[in-house]
Amino acid sequence: MPEHSFLKTVFGRLTFESFPIHEPILLTTFIVVVVLGLGIVAALTYFRLWGYLWKEWFTSVDHKRIGIMYVILGIVMLLRGFADALMMRAQQAVAFGPNEGYLPSHHYDQIFTAHGTIMIFFVAIPLVAGLINFVMPLQIGARDVAFPFLNNLSFWLTVSGAGLVMMSLFVGEFARTGWLSYAPLAGLEYSPDTGVDYYLWSLQIAGIGTTLSAINLVATIIKMRAPGMTMMKMPVFCWTALCSQVLAIAIFPVLTAAFFLLILDRYLGTHFFTNDMGGSPMMYWNMVWIWGHPEVYVLVLPAFGIYSEITSTFTGKRLFGYSSMVYATVVITILSYIVWLHHFFTMGAGASVNSFFGIATMVISIPTGAKIFNWLFTMYRGRIIYELPMMWVVAFMLTFVVGGMTGVLLAVPPADFVLHNSLFLVAHFHNVIIGGVVFALLAGITYWFPKAFGFKLDPFWGGVSFWGWVVGYWVAWTPIYVVGLMGVTRRLSHIDDATLQPYFVVAAVGALIILVGILGTVMSIVMGIVRRKQLRDVTGDPWNGRTLEWSTSSPPPAYNFAFTPVVHDLDAWYDMKSRGYQRPMEGYRPIHMPRNTGSGLYLSALALVFGFAMIWYMWWLAALASLGLLTVAIGHTFNYNRDYFIPADNVARTEAQRARPTVAGD
Amino acid sequence: MSNVTPGPPPCMGNAMREQTTAAARRLARAGMIPLLLTLTGCDMVVMNPTGDIAVQQRDLILIATGLMLLIIVPVMVLTVLFAWRYRAGNPKANYDPKFDHSTTLELVIWSCPLLIIICLGAITWSSTHLLDPFRPLDRITAGRPVPQGTRPLEIQVVAMDWKWLFIYPEQGIATVNELALPVDVPVRFSITSSTQMNTFYAPTLAGMIYAMPGMRSELNAVLNAPGESWGYSGNYTGAGYSYMRFKLIGVDSAGFDGWVQQAKAAGGTLAQGEYLALDRPSERVPVMRFASVVEGLFDRALNQCVESGKPCAADVMARDRQRGGGEPHGHLGSGMPAGRAGSPSSGSSRTEPALLRDPEDKGTGPNVTAPPHPTGPGHRTPY
Repeated sequence: MPEHSFLKTVFGRLTFESFPIHEPILLTTFIVVVVLGLGIVAALTYFRLWGYLWKEWFTSVDHKRIGIMYVILGIVMLLRGFADALMMRAQQAVAFGPNEGYLPSHHYDQIFTAHGTIMIFFVAIPLVAGLINFVMPLQIGARDVAFPFLNNLSFWLTVSGAGLVMMSLFVGEFARTGWLSYAPLAGLEYSPDTGVDYYLWSLQIAGIGTTLSAINLVATIIKMRAPGMTMMKMPVFCWTALCSQVLAIAIFPVLTAAFFLLILDRYLGTHFFTNDMGGSPMMYWNMVWIWGHPEVYVLVLPAFGIYSEITSTFTGKRLFGYSSMVYATVVITILSYIVWLHHFFTMGAGASVNSFFGIATMVISIPTGAKIFNWLFTMYRGRIIYELPMMWVVAFMLTFVVGGMTGVLLAVPPADFVLHNSLFLVAHFHNVIIGGVVFALLAGITYWFPKAFGFKLDPFWGGVSFWGWVVGYWVAWTPIYVVGLMGVTRRLSHIDDATLQPYFVVAAVGALIILVGILGTVMSIVMGIVRRKQLRDVTGDPWNGRTLEWSTSSPPPAYNFAFTPVVHDLDAWYDMKSRGYQRPMEGYRPIHMPRNTGSGLYLSALALVFGFAMIWYMWWLAALASLGLLTVAIGHTFNYNRDYFIPADNVARTEAQRARPTVAGD
Repeated sequence: MSNVTPGPPPCMGNAMREQTTAAARRLARAGMIPLLLTLTGCDMVVMNPTGDIAVQQRDLILIATGLMLLIIVPVMVLTVLFAWRYRAGNPKANYDPKFDHSTTLELVIWSCPLLIIICLGAITWSSTHLLDPFRPLDRITAGRPVPQGTRPLEIQVVAMDWKWLFIYPEQGIATVNELALPVDVPVRFSITSSTQMNTFYAPTLAGMIYAMPGMRSELNAVLNAPGESWGYSGNYTGAGYSYMRFKLIGVDSAGFDGWVQQAKAAGGTLAQGEYLALDRPSERVPVMRFASVVEGLFDRALNQCVESGKPCAADVMARDRQRGGGEPHGHLGSGMPAGRAGSPSSGSSRTEPALLRDPEDKGTGPNVTAPPHPTGPGHRTPY
């Protein structure tokens, strides 16, 4: 039928079946999303905010704005990822014995895949990238990152990836392969649907963004530090950001290559990871874990940096053992690259290989342990003020050491032979990711929020967030550790042994307590905005901070610092304050700044279209989108209107306004 | 014994508690009794195994945990202590904002974890070699070496979507989703998979090892107590994964002979046709028994050539080696035939890659949360 063939050529495999017209739950969700979306669009139009958003935010190359947008993306995706978590917990709390639960495996398997993928790629990575983006240039006394346009592009590429994952909820379906889409299950033979293609293209697009962002941040730290700030006078957060982003540059190309080869297998019929014709699924596992294990440290190293900054600030002390902290960070960076095989000891590599990777993994616990002791001795003889960020630090130390311990246990190969792929393992990595990374991100957001907006988050709801997360974590994951020791494996949509049900019910209750924590997080932002007058900080230094970001106003002006600070000591701002630093009020000069551009947004939108076209086999659209990408990319290089000067008068006016104790209006 | 109704694994706590080895007892005396009590609850199969290998793995978990608690507990106590003592409201606490370095302390905080990791590393090295699944057993339980000249019982395992096939080549029988082992007899499993990367996981026996298509992994183990427990698929493989498990039955030697006779009495032969039918994806497969198995079936499964007309991987590799001019490890690129002409023709119908399809063959990408089966979620019968 030529007509049929024509439709197939135009729409690929997109048909009416691809939309959830027959699925009441999804259809309702879809309608709610559409109504909410239309509501937001209408509100933005009514309040005439489109122009403002476009000019001041979407096209912005200001690292602070981009950092804030990353954090917003991370929080929005956290809500999606956590909704998946709640659905899984509800299913596992009821699906015992004769009860099948409410999710068939076909749906459940998509949910756990989406949960893992979203939480790592679209929650943890954007939140870490956002905090580094916002904080690091301020800490090193820079006016922006090294490549401001690239920064904007990186952000929007990440948004494109997230957009594709979200789209899979309503158009087609997401992968049913687990968050790393292991071959051969993710091959065309076993996963012919759109799911794995959504997975691959969204992560390829977002991955390019992450790689570019890492290059940008490393260049910034290496080249743009304020005069006097030698590497060993750099705040610990910048050190951890540097190491984490160097790792990211080293590993993301491996992931991109692995995904690219899998794409070739699926689209061109090559045999890199197939069972037959000389393919090797093992190779895929090795490649994704060469990315996967260091990725953990890409996330947790900046988290360690956040804890260091907070501990030092709220104990009113210099960080204990700064240089040992730096060396520990560097050692972890190097070691994290040679431990990937511990994710599949049970593949049977042989005792010597397994021992090597097991012992290498344990060795990482030495610098990590040293870090814990350093925070401990920073608290020793300190004067600890228990603001929320500091409470997160204490909760982290008590939670994380347990996760570290179970991690070393899993690194003993014979122990791993009984615990691997069990819920014990799942409990372990949630222990370190929630207790290590998430606590740090929430602490960091609370800590730097007044810097970004000029007022603190609501402390009551912040407390709700803290207790919800911490108590919820322990209630949710302790039973999962226990059932892991009972030999329960991961990713089960149904468990036969009904005697295990109480453990999963407790875990579900824990997840609900975490939900209270998440609502607390959101409410602390909402109530912070509502009560911003009471929570206002006009000093720019609400916590008696020690690093340079606290030396400028809150929120900082577009140019960050009217005069580039000169650094003489570690904890530069504390040093300046203790030497009676006075802010110069005259002698301003014009400041050279990068100009906003929409190219990043256009490129990312085209990347999204390209990804969508490839997923749905609309070859003509994919070709058109690639042509568009090429045109915009080349066109952008001809844009010579890239920078401008902020006149000295404007700088003077901004600085004078800051000097006044109260700011009129909002 | 022939009882195959599903149910929770039986409690074997009492029998196993006697097997706690000397090392674990020392730990118990060292003040870890509460930990042991919580970890030896009677349904914690990982902590209460019935196989000697799994017992040693359990002991290792306890020893490693004990070693790490030596440092974890003081850290947690100090955290709470410092967090409380040095709170801003405490007038009695010293405040020393200049205290940011101490060489002695630095030495202590680097060397304490180092010492523990040295101990743990030594234990890891030796135990990883001793408990390597490929290594033939040298003891049946603690203090009972394997008698000279004992040949282990051979069992071949094929992981399929989504059931376990066990072939007993010496007995000439095969079963699906049921594994019977004579007590105190060393067993050698040869394990492969017909489609997915899977994991053969028997927590009461010896933990797990991957079952991989086209590859053979090995697990040496011994079961020391009669009784029933469960084995699982430890790696997610798609829709039927949650139901992919087998009953593990420990019996004495007379009981084992009886069990074999039972399978023989069941009738039926596992030959090419039966194997291919069995290999089709199916979920919740009941226990099946075959009185006889066609010769060399496991080797064909391993080489992915049970289907007629499909060349065996071993033959293809041998042919490639000849065409490519010798040993594959000689120099770079040797052992590889030139071009696609050398590749075998696959017997099965292949999935056409996306870019090479005609528009009509693109299919659809449905949005479904349930598979279109009328009999309930994911239900498919084995045949």
